[in-house]
Amino acid sequence: MDAHAALIQPFVEFGFMRRALVACLALSLGGAPVGVLLVLRRMSLVGDALSHAILPGAAIGFMVAGLSLAAMSLGGFIAGLVVAVLSGFVARVTPQREDASFAAFYLVSLATGVLIVSAHGSNVDLMHVLFGTTLAVDDAALLLVVSVATLTLFTLAIIGRGLIVECFDPGFLRAVGGPGAVVHFVFLTLVVVNLVAGFHALGTLMAVGLMMLPAAAARFWAGEVATLVAVSSAVAFACGYAGLLLSYHADLPSGPAIILVAGGVYMASLVVGPHGGLWARFIPRRHLEA
Amino acid sequence: MTVAFALHDLTLGYDRHPAVHHLTGSFATGSLTAVVGPNGSGKSTLLKGLVGRLAPLDGRVERNGLRQSDIAYLPQQAGIDRSFPISVMDTVLLGCWRTIGLFRRVRRVQRRQAEEALMAVGLDGFGQRPIATLSAGQFQRVLFARMLLQDCPVILLDEPFTAIDAKTSADLLRVVMGWHGEGRTIVSVLHDLDQVRENFPDTLLIAREPVAWGATAEALRPAHLLKVRQMSEQWDDRAEVCRRGVA
Repeated sequence: MDAHAALIQPFVEFGFMRRALVACLALSLGGAPVGVLLVLRRMSLVGDALSHAILPGAAIGFMVAGLSLAAMSLGGFIAGLVVAVLSGFVARVTPQREDASFAAFYLVSLATGVLIVSAHGSNVDLMHVLFGTTLAVDDAALLLVVSVATLTLFTLAIIGRGLIVECFDPGFLRAVGGPGAVVHFVFLTLVVVNLVAGFHALGTLMAVGLMMLPAAAARFWAGEVATLVAVSSAVAFACGYAGLLLSYHADLPSGPAIILVAGGVYMASLVVGPHGGLWARFIPRRHLEA
Repeated sequence: MTVAFALHDLTLGYDRHPAVHHLTGSFATGSLTAVVGPNGSGKSTLLKGLVGRLAPLDGRVERNGLRQSDIAYLPQQAGIDRSFPISVMDTVLLGCWRTIGLFRRVRRVQRRQAEEALMAVGLDGFGQRPIATLSAGQFQRVLFARMLLQDCPVILLDEPFTAIDAKTSADLLRVVMGWHGEGRTIVSVLHDLDQVRENFPDTLLIAREPVAWGATAEALRPAHLLKVRQMSEQWDDRAEVCRRGVA
């Protein structure tokens, strides 16, 4: 099997592979910057919490309308947004930190979802919601994913400066009368819509992986926000591409394959990354003159 | 004489317990006032009240038309993430938020101002360094450079020279004196009494209750300082409701 047959042929031959690849590209462009900002805000696990919070909403949507993209997306979006807004609100007006308020609300959301699902019988195909099917991305899902990526990039272009200051020095932003709270909640909304977009392709639990793993890996390669985003997007797309091929050739489920490739990239970055990687730590080079 | 802040029987605190108790007086426009007192005497709380970050338990602060963005406030422990990947230059440029806001481009004029500010605080050539590589003293210089760009008529500093070497503190004090010369109103929490006596015309000596407020030499009389030392640091869980000023 030559390189062309291994690396390109599957996408030429099969429409579902092409759609999956475009979905990965869109998720990389939209999700990666969001992931980078979550890492910088020290909210890496908040993505995980929100991905659980989305689950019950998507499940309710499924029960009401069957395997309907619109119903599941809307349900997931509402559930995620409610948890994000309540948690953000508690963090802004009480002394409780964001990690604690997110933990509290997503657990309530998750338990509610499990209760509803078990009360209405177990015929719900939760596996799709949980683990997704990248290889079954239809045109409507693709349109959703691409729209979300576009919306995300435009929104970030508008609130980018405020968002970075809000991460770096929230007290200053408040002191100069900057729109800290607005920026904060718009950002949380972006996290939710990106997870909703991701769960059709990857499942709620895997969607957060393509958002966080490349962002965490990028931290070992870059030292500025702009380069972090660039590295993270590139890594995410490369992982999507490699993961799809892996899943195609080895006949593995695509979502976990993509995330495991991203996990591998993270491990490699951890070892050889020039910004604080283990290699530089244990094999130090001679110090400089000044 | 115009007044920047007028305090009317101001009580500030947390959980109904007063940290600043029944303070009345005013900070004149253009004045340079040191706020002095032991730990736990309400100095930082007072600044938070002045800037409006803490709502009074009682009484009020009159800001005489000062807007939020007219007040530059340097907290003691700024909630700044010093590992954040941002350069010194970008940090200083945040000082012109009033002009650039969320959307507007940073112009060459502002870049030059930022460079001049860095020079004024002794960090010439540090612009491209990530802030994570700076020492505590250097970072404090960056925050002063940012305040230079903020160009506010009122500046509140909470222990700006604590845990900072003598050279840095002397350099930054020079910046403060420059602001004073330009007629800005400055209130600074300080611990070094010699520094206060040498440089600050006015002093508010506080031990939760105001002890003295006026010309520094008078405010820092030995009798006053002795009184401050006897301040009780206790937070009394069973304290009665304060009846002062209630008819």
